[in-house]
Formats: sequence, C-alpha cells, structure tokens
Amino acid sequence: MIKVEHLVKKYGDRYAVNDISFEVRKGEIVGFLGPNGAGKSTTLNILTGYLSSTSGKAMVDGLDILEYPMEVKKKIGFLPEQPPLYLDMTVREYLNFIYDLRKCTLNRREHINEIIRVVKLDGTENRMIKNLSKGYRQRAGIAGAIVGNPEVIIFDEPTNGLDPRQIIDIRNLIKELGKDHTVILSTHILSEVKTICDRILIISEGKIVADQLTGNIDSELRGNRRISVRIDGPSDKVLAELKKLHGVLYANIGAQYTDGSATFLIESKNDMDIRKPMFHMLAKNSWPILLLEFPGANIEDVFISVVDETEHEHEQKGGNKKQ
Amino acid sequence: MTAVYKREMRSYFTTPIGYIFIALFMVVSAWFFMSYTLQQGESSSFGSYFQMIIIIFIAIIPLLTMKLLSEEIKLKTEQLLLTAPVSLAGIVMAKYFAAFTVFGGSFLLSSFIYYIPLVLYGNPNAVIYFCCVFAVLLVGGVFIAVGVFASALTENQFIAAFSTMAMLVPFVFASYLNSYINNEFVRNILSALSVTSRYVSFASGVLDWPAVIYYISLSGIFLFLTVRVLEKRRWA
Repeated sequence: MIKVEHLVKKYGDRYAVNDISFEVRKGEIVGFLGPNGAGKSTTLNILTGYLSSTSGKAMVDGLDILEYPMEVKKKIGFLPEQPPLYLDMTVREYLNFIYDLRKCTLNRREHINEIIRVVKLDGTENRMIKNLSKGYRQRAGIAGAIVGNPEVIIFDEPTNGLDPRQIIDIRNLIKELGKDHTVILSTHILSEVKTICDRILIISEGKIVADQLTGNIDSELRGNRRISVRIDGPSDKVLAELKKLHGVLYANIGAQYTDGSATFLIESKNDMDIRKPMFHMLAKNSWPILLLEFPGANIEDVFISVVDETEHEHEQKGGNKKQ
Repeated sequence: MTAVYKREMRSYFTTPIGYIFIALFMVVSAWFFMSYTLQQGESSSFGSYFQMIIIIFIAIIPLLTMKLLSEEIKLKTEQLLLTAPVSLAGIVMAKYFAAFTVFGGSFLLSSFIYYIPLVLYGNPNAVIYFCCVFAVLLVGGVFIAVGVFASALTENQFIAAFSTMAMLVPFVFASYLNSYINNEFVRNILSALSVTSRYVSFASGVLDWPAVIYYISLSGIFLFLTVRVLEKRRWA
C-alpha cells in the first residue's frame, strides 16, 4: 500500500530524514516511534505531500506522490501534529468544508452523520470549534482526517496533550479505524504503539533503527532481564546476599522505606530466571518479599536501549573518521 | 477551489472583517464623492473622485487580504489545504476571488448609488462614468493580488497588512513622483510601475486595452509569485 524508498530530507546541512525505506501493507496499523525531533513528522509530512523530499521515493498504491499528487492526496487522510481546525466554524461546517475540499462523492448527509457518530462528536457538531475542549478538538481533527473514507489514514501524535480518559478513547477509535483502513501513526509515547499497532518502526536521528512486529519487540530487543523487589530486611546484608546469587550481573538499592524495607533493582542474564534461587535465599534468612515487579519488561527500556545503541554507533563512526 | 472560495466568503461575514470593510468603504467613499463631485456642482467632475478612491484602497484593501494566507499559516490549517487534492494555484485563486467579490461588490454597489444623484441633478456621461468604474475595479484587482502575495509571506496579519500598504504606495504615487524627475531611465521605471497613470485614458471614456492587459497581468504576476512562495515553503 505504502512504499518508501531511500527517502532523504535535508534542511540546510542537517538531515531531518536520512535514507529511510519501509513498506506498509494494506490493512496494517503501523506505529512510528521516536524521540522528539527524530524525523517522524517530517516523514509523515512527505508522505502526505505537505513537504517534498530532497531525494528518494514515496509511493501510495504504486503512485509516486510527486508525480501524481492529486491522486495520492485523495487516498490519504491526514491529522497533523496540530489539528488544522478553522476555529470560526462549527464541527459540522468544518466537516462539510473538507467534504467539498476533497471532492467527495459519497452521500454527504449520511457520510458526515456517520463520521460524527463514529468519532463520538454527537452533541458538539453544531458548536464552534473555538469553544471546544482540547479533547473534542482532537476528535474534530480525526473526523476531518476520515472524511471521504480515505484508504490510508495518517495520524501525527494523535493523543498529544489529552487526558488519560481521552487517550484511551482515541486509541480505541484508532484501533476501530484500523479494521478497514491502513493506518500510520506517530508517537513518542511508547505504550501507545504497543496497544494499538501491529508493527513498530523505531526512528532515531532520521533513520529507522528497528522494524518489528509488536508482539516480538520486547523479547527480541530486550537485553538483560531486570526485576525490582521490595524486601523487608537489613538492606546492606540483603544486597550483599543478592549479589552472591548465581546469574546476577548487577544489584542495587532503590527506594528505602520507613518500615525498614527497601526496593532492590536486580539485573540478570537474559536466559536466567533468578526469582526461585532468590526466594530460597531470602526465605532462609527470613527476609520477606513485599513486592516483585519487572520494570525491564516494558517498551520504554527497549526503546531507550535501541536509541542509545544507535547514538553510540554514531559516536563510534564519528570517532573512526577522526582517526 | 469552490470550497475554499465559499469558506473565505463565509469567514468574511462570520467575522467582523467583511462588515468593517464595507462600512468603512461606504462612509469614506460617500464622503469623497460628496466633496469631490457633488459639492463641486459639476456632474462631469467624477474623475477626481475615482482617483481619490484609489488612494483610499491603500488603506482598506489590506483589511480584506491580510488574513487570507497568513492566518492559514499561523493556525496550520494550510496543512489541511496542501494535503487535500487541490492545486496551490486553485487555493490562491479562490482566496483572491473571495476578496475580489467583497471588494468588487461593495464598490459596484456604491458606484451605482452615486450615479443616481448625478442623473437626477445633472447630465453625466455614462460611458466615461462606467469606464472609470471598470478601471477602478481592475486597479482594485491588482491591489488585492499584492495583498494576497504579502499575506503569504508572513504568519502575522498586521505585518501582512502593513507590507501590503508599503508595496501599494509606489504603485499609486509613482506617477506623481514622475513630474519631479529629469532622468529618462528612472521615469521609465516609474511609469511602468504607475497604476494610476494608465487610469487617465479611462477617465476620458476610452477603453484602453493595453492598460486592461497591464492590470490583469500585474495581478497575474503577484498571484503567480504567491503560488511560488507557498511552493517554496514546501521545498525549504
């Protein structure tokens, strides 16, 4: 459905996007993940025809965006980082405007009512957009992006600045849309891609550094196993004993509590589960476990480690050049 | 293109801008018409009224054009337009014609109203009168194109308005300046710029085709430049 080949975008001497290639199949929900300034928005803006690339190709349905801008733009619905809302219009007027702008041929009344229903804008459709809250404005933006039922929908940071309740709503909405659309979304919130997307592209400093199915990303990219345990016992002694356990690479004290317990962060080799030996050791010393967690089992660490790795590689390359 | 045109027209009249423009234009033009034509007591002296009205345009046409593109850039709604299946030229033309409709509508209306006392109490030359109206419409078209161009350059409406005024002043006053300058070369440049000197033949009742083409192509040049400015933002 979408094919990007060796896409490059330069601003002066700085590469915003540096040789990105990827493909998105029909019906996929793909998450673009990366720190701020990594080149996510630039890539999406090029895909939608808002910006032009310095070199490389971006194709939608086999059509090059630069050669067939009109055809490609018809196929794409886009919600930019800041929703492009005309504040002096009501929601319904706004959707009608986009309907005309995109030269839609669907039944106008039915289609717009359907969108208002799907995006849950009922009751606000006759209010001025400037009087809407941030959450409803975001919805209005999403509604605008799906006018005309485009095959591809691109969301640039769709949950930015929303409260937790709204974030869940918007995520569900995107999931719902993903059932019969191809969806690309960008975010720097990592749990977001995990809950919504089929596939994750991690982008850092203008390059794609990982391209994984969501299910695989934790296990494939995670390095060492990490656990966090809260143990009731003399912290120095506990720490010393923990370090003696077979397979422990690193252990340290995190938070200490007034009841005498403390949280310990323990890192072990990826193929070793230290929980059982740790339990026996603690039981022998009668130091009860109060809490056990896997802080390392989240995507944040994966992300940071991948991004750090690439930055590290860059530094090494830079160092080599100097030599 | 019609979608953008309709939206602009709507926006003129859901915000005060359209009403302010029309009210201001009506009051000032009526005042000028009274003092330059009616109080002169000669029904044929409307030529100077139309010349004065062009000077007023410097101050009021920016009201219509200042937000056309600058506001889109500021609110990022340009992103919606530029990612929709509409050409840049279509967007610029739609905005131009929206401003031209408000301007042309109020100017034509005022011109017809002012014609009534002339017919009632005098004997005006209809050909000359409507030649002048036509010429002023064309000049207004040029000014609006300059305004559209200025509003594509900035995201600040006031900067757009003031730079429009700054660009319009030489167009209007070039011919006045001409009589103070001896150098042939400079005079040629000034008369090429001068929008008002071409107006003279209309005031004698001649439909001056080269001048018509001059006005239309001058508008065209500024609209073309506007498209280029928007295009350049894409490639920056």
